[in-house]
Amino acid sequence: MTEFLQQLVNGITGGCVYALIALGYTMVYGILRLINFAHGDISDPGRALAVLVLSMLGCGLVGLLIERLAYKPVRRSSRLAALITAIGISLLLENGGVLLFGADPKFFPQIIPAHNLALGAGVTISNQQVIILVVSLGLMLALRWIVMSTRVGKAMRAVSHSHVAAALMGISVDRIITFTFVLGSMLAAAAGVLVALQNPKIEPYMGIMPGLKAFVAAVLGGIGNIPGAVLGGLVMGIVEVMVVGYLSPTYRDAIAFVLLIVILLVRPAGILGKATAEKV
Amino acid sequence: MRQAAWAAGTVLGLVVVEMVLSRALNPYVLRVVVLCGISIILAVSLNLINGFTGQFSIGHAGFMALGAYGSAMFSLHVGIGWVEALSGAGLPVALAAAPALLAALLLGGLLAAAAGYLVGLPSLRLRGDYLAIVTLGFGEIIRVVILNIDAVGGARGLGGIPGWANLFWVGLGVASVLVVARNLAHSTYGRALFAIRDDEVAAEALGVNTTSYKVLAFVIGAFFAGVAGGLFAHVLSYLNPGSFTFIKSIEVIAMVVLGGMGSISGSVVAAILLTLLPEVLRPVKDLRMVIYALMLVLLMITRPQGLLGTRELSLRALIGRRRAPHEAT
Repeated sequence: MTEFLQQLVNGITGGCVYALIALGYTMVYGILRLINFAHGDISDPGRALAVLVLSMLGCGLVGLLIERLAYKPVRRSSRLAALITAIGISLLLENGGVLLFGADPKFFPQIIPAHNLALGAGVTISNQQVIILVVSLGLMLALRWIVMSTRVGKAMRAVSHSHVAAALMGISVDRIITFTFVLGSMLAAAAGVLVALQNPKIEPYMGIMPGLKAFVAAVLGGIGNIPGAVLGGLVMGIVEVMVVGYLSPTYRDAIAFVLLIVILLVRPAGILGKATAEKV
Repeated sequence: MRQAAWAAGTVLGLVVVEMVLSRALNPYVLRVVVLCGISIILAVSLNLINGFTGQFSIGHAGFMALGAYGSAMFSLHVGIGWVEALSGAGLPVALAAAPALLAALLLGGLLAAAAGYLVGLPSLRLRGDYLAIVTLGFGEIIRVVILNIDAVGGARGLGGIPGWANLFWVGLGVASVLVVARNLAHSTYGRALFAIRDDEVAAEALGVNTTSYKVLAFVIGAFFAGVAGGLFAHVLSYLNPGSFTFIKSIEVIAMVVLGGMGSISGSVVAAILLTLLPEVLRPVKDLRMVIYALMLVLLMITRPQGLLGTRELSLRALIGRRRAPHEAT
């Protein structure tokens, strides 16, 4: 039981990081119907900067540049063209990282030294995990506030319903899309910094797997759905830790996808997603 | 009769090409040509799923992996025995390897086709991006499972596969996928696939059994991906699960999109281009992948419909001598 609870605590912290990245995927998808494959990689420079506010600003800027230079020109073409562009950007960020930092992992000193706090019943939580939980919860609440209670958030929701109708209401669709990208990139940066807390190293190709899994988390919860992304991220984190703990660590990367296929077969639009009827 | 003559001509032509080129070209160039051929098979087979039918599959590397490992295991455990028996009977090795390699390739293809059937089934319920992510997941699951099976080498990889495949066999694979794709496009089946791509609801209303056609596209596409994997295994003589990550699937998708969705000749051109590009860029070393990525993005921005769109390159159109107007499409 103690072991199970301990795994649960670890799973929830891991899940929070997935949830932060998944939020970015889901927001961009909700507005553009684009799977932004480069999203996971955006958190790489975030880890390198390693100071929360600074790296959030830096990655926000990267997100802005990518959106303006690469995605905006293909917005009117087919969705596949946009997808390939996203993949190209992802490759560019990774290999640009190799060029800048070299292909071998770089280590940097731990920012906050780890020590464990007892939670009772033999379960412990490290101070780093506490920071991860608090920061990600704070960011999620802030995001919720932005989307639900501000003018920009209202505009974002309008654009995700219909670009044309939103534009007719006087909303600058381009500005909102850019804003969404910047917001998503900042969340990814925060996730990068939080991972670096526990695991202080950077390597250029590290964005792929977490990025892919976070995307799966977003789909799991119902892509385009903000609470869904948080739920999907948590489910993913917990299941992954349980598989590593009780089955075999080598199946860690496969379990995310098994879970995804099972859930999509039962609920094709994800756990919280709404099934939309196709119209002629 | 005509078909038989064409087939015989193709085989004969490939034998000549193999004999000439394997002597004329240095091994590196020959290897690149062979890899171009394998890329063509992959790109055209994926085009059947993505371009013809409009289903979005990003798990092609998984099918390729199944074909590669399936055929390699067959060759290692059964095929080698056949070749020994035949060459013992006095046949030259190149000829003695033919039945074993053919059986291995077919087996790899069928294995992948069976997986294609399994992946095609969810397409009954899932559409668009959801289907895409399931195919991606399927590919990754196949890779991780292979990584965990010790009998096929796991993370160490599988070595010692007989290198029977050469330019002739790859050429044969390319020829068959091209013939199948072309004939499919001009058949009732192909029209049904195009109808599903253009408007699924309308196709269904017109009596097209969308489910079975979508599954059919997956099965045929996966079969040829498996054949490509089998050729890959018998060219390199060594397999590693790391060759079949989702990056590989992405490379194939890039070929299909770059060539133009639904354009067979477009896929061929793009497959050759995107296989050559990293090789041509080899001298710039570290910058190689950066330039590759940049070119991918730039091409998408400047020609989002792909190099050829949905059109086909045809000799007739190039020469400017069009016999029948309806063939110009």
